[in-house]
Amino acid sequence: MNFGQIEINFVYVLSAALFVFGLKMLSSPATARRGNLISALGMLIAIVVTLLAQGLDYRWILIGMVIGGLMGMTGAYLVKMTAMPEMVALFNGFGGLASLLLAWSEYHQNPGMAPVIVIIAAISVFIGGVTFTGSMVAFGKLSGRLPQKAIVFSGQHLINAGILLAVFGAGALFYLTSTSLLGYLFLVLLILIALGFGVTSTIPIGGADMPVVISLLNSYSGLAACAAGFVVSNNILIVAGALVGASGIILTQIMCKAMNRSLANVLFSGFGSGVVKQSGDGGPQGEVKPASAEDVYYILEAADSVAFVPGYGLAVAQAQHVVKELGDLLEANGSEVVYAIHPVAGRMPGHMNVLLAEANVSYDQLVEMDDINPRMDAIDVCVVIGANDVVNPAAVFEENSPIYGMPIIETYRAKTVIVLKRSMSPGFAGIENALFFRENTRMYFGDAKASIQALVAEFKGGS
Amino acid sequence: MTAVFLTFIFVLAIFLGFEVISKVPSTLHTPLMSGSNAISGITLIGALASMQLSHHGFATVLGTLAVILATVNVVGGYAVTDRMLAMFKKKDKGGAQ
Repeated sequence: MNFGQIEINFVYVLSAALFVFGLKMLSSPATARRGNLISALGMLIAIVVTLLAQGLDYRWILIGMVIGGLMGMTGAYLVKMTAMPEMVALFNGFGGLASLLLAWSEYHQNPGMAPVIVIIAAISVFIGGVTFTGSMVAFGKLSGRLPQKAIVFSGQHLINAGILLAVFGAGALFYLTSTSLLGYLFLVLLILIALGFGVTSTIPIGGADMPVVISLLNSYSGLAACAAGFVVSNNILIVAGALVGASGIILTQIMCKAMNRSLANVLFSGFGSGVVKQSGDGGPQGEVKPASAEDVYYILEAADSVAFVPGYGLAVAQAQHVVKELGDLLEANGSEVVYAIHPVAGRMPGHMNVLLAEANVSYDQLVEMDDINPRMDAIDVCVVIGANDVVNPAAVFEENSPIYGMPIIETYRAKTVIVLKRSMSPGFAGIENALFFRENTRMYFGDAKASIQALVAEFKGGS
Repeated sequence: MTAVFLTFIFVLAIFLGFEVISKVPSTLHTPLMSGSNAISGITLIGALASMQLSHHGFATVLGTLAVILATVNVVGGYAVTDRMLAMFKKKDKGGAQ
């Protein structure tokens, strides 16, 4: 190690500290933006100091960074906020592939690496490969290029187990022959199997489980960077990769808990594949009470407190801006307005919050499930927009319901619930929603955006 | 010995990550994901360091591709996170703006 490298490594410590500070400042929306800039500064410092090393091929570096930078900028500024989950999936995939390529290139240059490093290189290309194709499948599902439903067929677990076995086989053969040409072939084989496994392990996961999958892939992309860091013995890759890995794992846990399911169940069960399970006593009892725009207007007009409960349907209908307009009219009318957000509402963690922030909703009006439920009895009106399973009281009352035990936003306890919905079709989990049949529920059928626009018009005409 | 040292760093960083990230409110989980995406573009550092003048041919191809992909992550990740976080504002009560 020459003097230059030691200096570079000291600067990496500074970068790592800036990453941690940046993440720490994400703990409040007030400091989050500055935190992101501090993290970016850490990255910039690390890049600059790396480029100061001797003997680098600046020509290709420049070409690579210009192409990558342009692609990144274009994506970041053109993406619609509703398409954020696809974007993140795509970026996860790129991160995974970059780590795979880095480990591969290191092996290509130096096949005589230490035995431990050979194993880690194999792990690195495996995680990187799975992250890449897994993310591409997630991207396809989220952007509607692939069917959203879980793709399940008999013998699927057997096939996946077989592939996993092949991974270990190819990895072991690569380890034993790593210094020869044969070893190189096994590495390529390992990469191909990893790419295949990314696809076969992600297709059985349905659209509604995507928040878990992107969180998990997020974690993988960090771990892939980490493994690549071991291969090239670079501590900043290990630290930053571990931070991302931890972040993805935490988010995965939160998502699983919010759905009351284990990670294994999400990954292997093919939930939401269209198997409608019957609840014991022949489905919910009661009568559906439809309401017109005028009826809903009178209910809202008289309400002191209103809680909007948005779900993925709000994103699909692009209704966030009209919802905010209605919220403002209600506030002007003297109601207290909050937006109650379930952790798995939308297609990625926190997606609804971003959409409402985009529509200029103040972040102190965005309320988490655990904060709204204790005071739900005091809420006059809950307006459920495009959410279904996350407000289904079956999760609380029906022990044999597949979603029993899942934490929900307990809208049924509010004085009145208005449900905006296209039709009576069940949600992603394929379960009838007893909320729609309750005494205090009014169904307001139609496209979410058009329905809210009608309410806004009523308010403007009536007051 | 280096491997042991690096493993130390790895384990400690995981614990640190758990501590710091469990404090992020669910409101900010999407920016957290895109921001951590940008951080996972750290592979760029390894890719840059691997671009030695003494390497030719296929190694350069692999390295350049890694640089491109990692740069997309870094630049795109930070830019989109900044764009999102700029939208999180607190407004004065009662004003419809």
